[in-house]
Amino acid sequence: MMESQIYEMGDIDIAWCPGCGNFSILKILKLALSELGIKPEKLVLVSGIGQAAKIPHYFKTNFFNGLHGRAIPPATAIKAVNPDLAVIAESGDGDMYGEGGNHLINAIRRNPDITNIVHNNMVYGLTKGQASPTSQIGFKTPVQVKGVFLEPFNPLALAVALDASFVARAFSGDIEQTKDILIEAISHRGFALVDIFQPCVSFNKVNTHKWFKENTYYLNGSHDSSDRGNAFQKAIETEKLPLGIFYKNDKKSTFEENVGVYSKNKEPLALRKEERMKKLSNLIKSKR
Amino acid sequence: MNARRAQKKDEVSVVLCGEAGQGIQTVEKILAQCLKLSGFHVFATKEYMSRVRGGSNSTEIRISSKRVSALLDRMDLLIPFHKGALKHVEKRISADTIVLGKRNIIPEDFRLPEKNHIDIPFSKIASEIGGKIYVNIIAAGVVLGTVGVEQGFITNIIKEFFSKKSEDIIEKNIEAIKKGYEIGAELLNSGKVKFAISSSPKVKDENLLNGAEAVGLGALAGGCKFLSSYPMSPSTGVMVFLAQQMKDFDVVVEQAEDEISAINMAVGASYAGARSMVTTSGGGFALMIEGVSLAGMLETPVVIHIGQRPGPATGLPTRTEQADLELALYSGHGEFPRIVFAPGNIKDAFFLTQKAFNLADKFQIPVFVLTDQYLIDSFMNLPLLDASDTRVENYVIRTDKGYKRYELTKDGISPRGIPGFGEGLVGVDSDEHDEEAHITEDLVLRKKMVDKRLKKLDSIRREVVPPELVGSSDYRILITGWGSTYNVVREALRELGREDISFLHFNQVYPLYEGTRDYLKKAQKNIIIENNATSQLGKLIKLNTGMDIETKILKYNGLAFSVEEVVTEIKKILSKENT
Repeated sequence: MMESQIYEMGDIDIAWCPGCGNFSILKILKLALSELGIKPEKLVLVSGIGQAAKIPHYFKTNFFNGLHGRAIPPATAIKAVNPDLAVIAESGDGDMYGEGGNHLINAIRRNPDITNIVHNNMVYGLTKGQASPTSQIGFKTPVQVKGVFLEPFNPLALAVALDASFVARAFSGDIEQTKDILIEAISHRGFALVDIFQPCVSFNKVNTHKWFKENTYYLNGSHDSSDRGNAFQKAIETEKLPLGIFYKNDKKSTFEENVGVYSKNKEPLALRKEERMKKLSNLIKSKR
Repeated sequence: MNARRAQKKDEVSVVLCGEAGQGIQTVEKILAQCLKLSGFHVFATKEYMSRVRGGSNSTEIRISSKRVSALLDRMDLLIPFHKGALKHVEKRISADTIVLGKRNIIPEDFRLPEKNHIDIPFSKIASEIGGKIYVNIIAAGVVLGTVGVEQGFITNIIKEFFSKKSEDIIEKNIEAIKKGYEIGAELLNSGKVKFAISSSPKVKDENLLNGAEAVGLGALAGGCKFLSSYPMSPSTGVMVFLAQQMKDFDVVVEQAEDEISAINMAVGASYAGARSMVTTSGGGFALMIEGVSLAGMLETPVVIHIGQRPGPATGLPTRTEQADLELALYSGHGEFPRIVFAPGNIKDAFFLTQKAFNLADKFQIPVFVLTDQYLIDSFMNLPLLDASDTRVENYVIRTDKGYKRYELTKDGISPRGIPGFGEGLVGVDSDEHDEEAHITEDLVLRKKMVDKRLKKLDSIRREVVPPELVGSSDYRILITGWGSTYNVVREALRELGREDISFLHFNQVYPLYEGTRDYLKKAQKNIIIENNATSQLGKLIKLNTGMDIETKILKYNGLAFSVEEVVTEIKKILSKENT
């Protein structure tokens, strides 16, 4: 086990509001990664745009801070061309579930061996308080003046419905439990979705730390995470929101395994020196 | 009216016309291959509708003793497969066109002199063999017979072509092509067709390629390891070609969920060290544009192949146009450098795509390869591509501790590391960033970073591929063009035989060659030719040189220029000049 200090940036200016759930997620992720012994050089944090998506700037590691909603496609490709790297795609609920929803759906289908961490505070922070895909019905904002009337997006139900290989939900206020979930998610072979509830202290006065505490509970030891039907039942519960690992499917092959370039040669594609000239000249000659 | 040219015996233009689903493209492939392997020069191009069945599609196959590489209006032989065919190509029928087929395929109200029709009961022969499905193969046989292809190896080509079909189907196709061949040979021997095309053993060993394959081969030669795209006519051929090579080459080809994902994947793969590309057409590229800007900001190489088709919006999905130059040129918000290539022919499509990968890596920018449906879908024979002088130039460094991805350097190019290769950490950021790629709002630094990115243009300009001057350097009239009009203008100028007219062809349209103004200044009259409505290269030239080329030959009905059309247009301009 390494010290989580290895990921520290030192004295930096952090753009999050005091009390924001992002601080705990940042801390928990560093703890989980250090416990797993993943070195900064062997990790790539990929993010989109938004407050949560600034996380790579507070992390000493490789990073790709791309476009809004587009963290998953580059993360998928990075893992495909260099499977030796641990790849985490991390952003907020607006980024991953709104702008990037199609990529999430297709990443589940493609099953790259990456971890997808979504900071879910049920509101847009950086654009100052509009509804997010996970905002609850009736949630009022300066834009949704009569309150949200769209059915809230349910990422867990979606993921289980698509037979995602790992589906979990956590709460930023629970350091130990969330760390354990992240450790399992990152170690899992295949696409791992971890939706993390977090309070937004500036723009969400409904879903506060207290609200999350009162409206969530942990799946207990009797929950069978290999039972997809049961996982779906848990995913659509709304009375109280379950936390923990909903579903795992270890039998799925990953995108990297399926692309074919690693069937005979394990060396990362990105680092491989392929002698092409002879093959190319034969291919050209065959085109007659 | 287009200029009509007298039929030459050593060169024939065959047009097959039928509905989608009648196997015209199969015939085109079989014919092109049989003819080329027999030592005939061949050029095949098609125009087709965006549908799977029905409509009217046509393919033209030029068979010649000399090299051929451009679309003709002229039809020496026309083989209609359905009733609508003659109407579809009506304007191209001349006094010398011979129509092969059953009388009833010619509509009652269509005036076609008897001397222009040779009765061949294709359907009846096909039914005797086993069904109407063999009509197209019989027709292929007829064409091969009329030009005197050696019969010997046709059987083998058919066997190979249909290798995945049952024995019975292969046998019937062989029977069909032989039947057709006998009919064709009889037409030739009896003097009903008067072709005397000579074959050359040299041609047999040449390549037979279309534009999509040339771009695909160029990508492999350029070290491409990752292609992500969403299918879109006419650009899909490049993805299909590379996917077929995955078994032999270290390359990942992934069909993305949409074009947005495609380009973001490509940029991600490139960040991690795999040379990458996307292939798309205008509408798909429109979705990629934020990703182009991303590549510009991240300074991460990516090669973008755009197979142009007519827009706006869905436009004419299967047709051709050169109207996305400005789209490529100005795509992406913000200011950052780029390179735009527009190969004029199959050979250039190969070499420029290869070069695109090296330059993308060298300057850490997006590089465009602009083709169009006409170039992508046209087949021709050409001397074997020689890739032996091409190299995959390495511009990736092993990083040390303390590595800074965006280190400020004299020429704006920061040494590029990739994650997991060396001791350093590699960050990239779409926000304005500091040297370590961390988000910044330091406005002094912002200016430095903009300057750094744009400074790369100075080095890029030093490596511009100069335009090719076709014809005498002592010209009076200069025709300027770009991309796929290369071969057609060349042939038109040969037709015209005027020594005072030369052709300036741009293979690289951006940055524009610095000496462009000198070329234009030298001409007494400048003409620009483009397959679009607004003369997009003309506008770029004006912007760069201050010179406005007022005389324009523009075509934007969805079809490529034909040789006759270019000849006619130039003649019109010349006659105005004289009055």
